[in-house]
Amino acid sequence: MQMATIELQKVEKRFGDSHAVKPLDLTIRDGEFVVLLGPSGCGKTTTLRMISGLEAVTGGKILLNGKDVTWNHPSERDMAFVFQFYALYSHLSVRQNIAFPLQAQGMKRDAVDRRVKEVVDILRIQHLLRVRPGKLSGGDQQRVALARALVRQPSAFLMDEPLGALDAELRESMRAEIKNLHIAQHATTVYVTHDQVEAMALGDRIVVMSAAEVQQVGTPIDVYYNPANLFVARFIGSPGMNLIKGRYEAGAVRLPGDNRYPVPAPWSSPLANALAGQPEVVLGFRPEAATVTPQGALSGEVYATDMHGGYTVLHVNVNENEIVHIRSDRQTSFGMGARVRFDIDAEMVRFFNPQTEAALRREAAR
Amino acid sequence: MARFEERGPRVPVAHPTRVDKVHPKAQATRRVVAFVSVVVAVIMLLPVLIMGITAFKSRGDVMVSPPKILFKPTIEGFVYLFTERAVANAARLEEMESNAKAGKLSLFNRIALQSGQEITGPSSYVFRLWNSVIIAGLSTVASVVLGLFAAYAFSRFKVPGKDDLLFFILSTRMLPAVVVTIPLFLMYRQLGLHDRHLGMIILYTVFNLSFSVWLLKGFIDEIPKEYEEAALVDGYTRLQAFFRIVLPQAVTGIAATTVFCLIFAWNEYAFSLMLTSQRARTAPVSIATMMGRGGIEWTAIAAGSLGFLIPVVVVTFALRKYLLRGITFGAIRG
Repeated sequence: MQMATIELQKVEKRFGDSHAVKPLDLTIRDGEFVVLLGPSGCGKTTTLRMISGLEAVTGGKILLNGKDVTWNHPSERDMAFVFQFYALYSHLSVRQNIAFPLQAQGMKRDAVDRRVKEVVDILRIQHLLRVRPGKLSGGDQQRVALARALVRQPSAFLMDEPLGALDAELRESMRAEIKNLHIAQHATTVYVTHDQVEAMALGDRIVVMSAAEVQQVGTPIDVYYNPANLFVARFIGSPGMNLIKGRYEAGAVRLPGDNRYPVPAPWSSPLANALAGQPEVVLGFRPEAATVTPQGALSGEVYATDMHGGYTVLHVNVNENEIVHIRSDRQTSFGMGARVRFDIDAEMVRFFNPQTEAALRREAAR
Repeated sequence: MARFEERGPRVPVAHPTRVDKVHPKAQATRRVVAFVSVVVAVIMLLPVLIMGITAFKSRGDVMVSPPKILFKPTIEGFVYLFTERAVANAARLEEMESNAKAGKLSLFNRIALQSGQEITGPSSYVFRLWNSVIIAGLSTVASVVLGLFAAYAFSRFKVPGKDDLLFFILSTRMLPAVVVTIPLFLMYRQLGLHDRHLGMIILYTVFNLSFSVWLLKGFIDEIPKEYEEAALVDGYTRLQAFFRIVLPQAVTGIAATTVFCLIFAWNEYAFSLMLTSQRARTAPVSIATMMGRGGIEWTAIAAGSLGFLIPVVVVTFALRKYLLRGITFGAIRG
């Protein structure tokens, strides 16, 4: 497998006056699995298509291994693209579909046969070679599409929601297959999805995009535990991070419903410094960061409970339909309207500036 | 008392369908509809049937009223169609009759002899049928090929003024033939295209092109653009992608367009009547002009029409598989 470092420098796409992708800087290292994640219309697919050359950039540069390929024909970039609906040719058999990219290179017949065989062995689709793609199940079509990408040993794989058309169960197993394939092939991969579970499971790094802009670039853990702003906090996780507006006053955050949350020590000076002049702050915590305990600092009323099997998610009304989600064990049950007290893990609490929507950073020293 | 229609079908329904489709009442309706369809179809096909029968009737049988259903078939009509004949004088008649007895006279001559005629040479029908084949065939190929490229461009590229252009292309079809024949006639005479194969091919191509562009654009629009994008990324040029991916995917549309263009060019009458006289005259006009000379030869006309039908029927039959098949059968999304 060839080496591939993809570098985007101020790459942008404009349609008239509106931006589909605002100037974007990103370096995808060799062998890295990068996921572009965001809601529909956020510019992630456009970004992928610009990397492939299927979409011309409005500005900026794309470098492949340090070489400028911004204006290279898609066929000269040595990247394989896997489309959301696979784009398998219905008039060709599976074998012909997989061999198709090799024929473009004018490869000899026996070499093509050998390579096709290698690839179908990897993806375990030997028995499908003579079948037309229209007769295949979704998962098998996906495998054929992957085989067609894999067969020419490109320097990078670009995948546009390749699992989007599959049902939930199949998606999960194909996800594992793609992950496994990436580890075995160790090929640079850029993967577009709107499914954050998929992004967390697959990515070495996640690029969260929204409104044509990159919101955060980081490892799945980073993006999950240290969201850069309110959008990422809300978007990642299901349910997303709980976010409550409050006021910072003398070492504590005053929250609606007569709640007062004493700020953990490492946060007090960032809060005091960042919010100078205006006391509004957004407090954020993941559902699993909260624990229901009679000594809890915060309280609310149970609004609904979702049984998830291994755990229960409590919807707690803190004040006037301001609802937070709390993960609770499955043994304890709560009646509707029951008053509960809960505490937040000091390590896992986060604060955001409501004006800039950016996350506050606590002091490095703990 | 339970009414009949409240009961379900007697045989278990072992195939996917809606209740009202298999209901006994629906079955009865369906039988009526099927019967009516058959009756209508028979009525529609009757002229063709009569034409077929007439082609094999003798001159005498054709004129009988009420028409004969049972008759002695003869190829008299075809003899009249394919040959030019003259009334033979007494001496020739005697000579031919003796030749016939000796078995030296050909089948066509013997049939001509029955009405006291002598074959003087082949008629122009075969030549004109051949003209029709050349003109209709080449103009169909030209309109489908040009239409395919134009349709692809309209479907895939940003063409300035696309909608106006498409309307303009369609508008060439809006005037009835009669209106444009006079200017065309004058133009063609100046250009030396009058009564030329090339002239007729160009004319039919122009007329069919608007139709083929519109029809093919619809078919190409149906082919997902990801198909070509996949080919582009996999190392093909756009032209290669067009020939290797778009063309095979558009086969159904190409077949349908071919059949329609061919039928138009094959049946066209008005232009051919005005713009050709001898060399490039086509079969439809030829058959019609048969009515003029020495009484109406119904058998010959029927035989000519029958022969005229065959090529179109053959082509349509050959392409029927593509005409009926859907475009993309499920490769995109399972």
